[in-house]
Amino acid sequence: MAAAAVAGLLVLAGCGGGATNGAAAGGSSAAPEDRTLTVFAAASLTESFGELEKQFETGNPGVDVVLNYGGSSDLAQQIVNGAPVDVFASASDSTMKAVSDAGLVDGTPAVLAKNVLQIATVPGNPKGIASFADLAKPGLKVVVCAPQVPCGAAAGKIETATGVTLRPVSEEPDVKSVLGKVTSGDADAGLVYVTDVASAGDKVQGVGFAEAAQAPTTYPIAVITDAPQTELARSFVNMVTGEPGQKVLGAAGFGAP
Amino acid sequence: MTEAPRDASARRSDEHETGVGLPRLLWVPATLAFALIALPVLGLVLRADWPRVPALLLSEAALDALRLSLLTAGISTALCIVLGGPLAVVLARGRLRGLRLLRSVVLLPLVLPPVVGGLALLFLLGRTGLLGRGLDVAFGVTIPFTTAAVVLAQTFVALPFLVVSLEGSLRTAGRRYEAVAATLGASPGLAFRRVTVPLVLPGLASGTVLAFARCLGEFGATIAFAGSLQGTTRTLPLLVYLERETDVDAAVALSLLLVVVAVAVIAVARPRTIEVER
Repeated sequence: MAAAAVAGLLVLAGCGGGATNGAAAGGSSAAPEDRTLTVFAAASLTESFGELEKQFETGNPGVDVVLNYGGSSDLAQQIVNGAPVDVFASASDSTMKAVSDAGLVDGTPAVLAKNVLQIATVPGNPKGIASFADLAKPGLKVVVCAPQVPCGAAAGKIETATGVTLRPVSEEPDVKSVLGKVTSGDADAGLVYVTDVASAGDKVQGVGFAEAAQAPTTYPIAVITDAPQTELARSFVNMVTGEPGQKVLGAAGFGAP
Repeated sequence: MTEAPRDASARRSDEHETGVGLPRLLWVPATLAFALIALPVLGLVLRADWPRVPALLLSEAALDALRLSLLTAGISTALCIVLGGPLAVVLARGRLRGLRLLRSVVLLPLVLPPVVGGLALLFLLGRTGLLGRGLDVAFGVTIPFTTAAVVLAQTFVALPFLVVSLEGSLRTAGRRYEAVAATLGASPGLAFRRVTVPLVLPGLASGTVLAFARCLGEFGATIAFAGSLQGTTRTLPLLVYLERETDVDAAVALSLLLVVVAVAVIAVARPRTIEVER
């Protein structure tokens, strides 16, 4: 229901933009005209894409970038169900595949960034967690993502690779919920992305572990077929995967693709 | 469109004998309202991958979730009756100063987004919460991530449904019969048990059904306060939310299961309530 409502709003927003534009806008036209570029992006990209939105709008006068953040699979479902989108940046290959299987990806998706898991503990790390294996210690309240979502799938891969079996007290539906359980102090530790630890500031303490590199999450980005603003969409993707985008993403803790 | 409604309203008024036909204009918004509720559910039914439904519902995760949902909703509803019943009586009959303020506080869970309710519970009963810290230090007990947390979350969101229904019945019933009972020598306790309780039974029943249904559908407060773990805290709505990440068909099948349970509960409890009211 919520997804449908968001999609509905976007349809309305898309219509509004189209009406003011009048005729289809050419990407190379000299006079700046008001155009709207609609980007659906994974929630973990919120901070970085907010910054990139500003840069893109500065570089392209008259362009309004509208960002819709959400869980990648929600966004993919909205796109498959006809939401008018120009660019989709997802936090997992499988959700991007759902969109490309529906014939909605223009060309091949590019990888915009990589992310790896990190242990988030309460500030000061009172339980002295120093490694992935430490998470399996009895009496420790550990929270992870459910296997159905990318961060949980990554955690599962690391468990298999290391032979360490976690006994989490909760498998949350998204990574921000995991972070929330740690920042509230109810969990001793959680498995989240490096970028989540960075964005949480001093509310959590990050503990890196070497095995994380065995299960990186890749973030694909693609222009959507028959995008209302194909040219703009392509140049947005180029910016994100190019130097300006990589600089912003790197600062947020993402790994280069 | 106009034929069927006229027939239906005619039949209705025959039943009551004293009834007056409904203004025809009412049928337009009434039909729209019904469609708004029924059509999305129909969409769910049509979207279901029926050949796969039995297997999807018999998975271990689904059975665990169903068992947990029924158990926690049952306990929470019982708590609503035991705690909410007396609260409704106090609100309807009490002579306290600031009763109006008290009532608006009781209604808060209806207004608050459930997630906020869950966070509020966490701030009170979480390990670093107002009371939770004490529980942890004194008894080594922590509430989040337990089935008890699910019950607390459900009771929190469902209590107002029971209290409002019952309080309404108590007000409608008035105090005349109790007064008569008292003049005939009944003690307040006896009058309450033998006069008041039977009078408000329909209101209590419909409040109970509403509370149970609300418990069954509870999502936001549970995920925020209790977390999500199969067999311990992952109720049906939480499983639906999770399954839709990877398997929309499973999410739809589980949603239909919720619909069936809800309809069954309403069907079993509802007609009896209406009969008593008549």
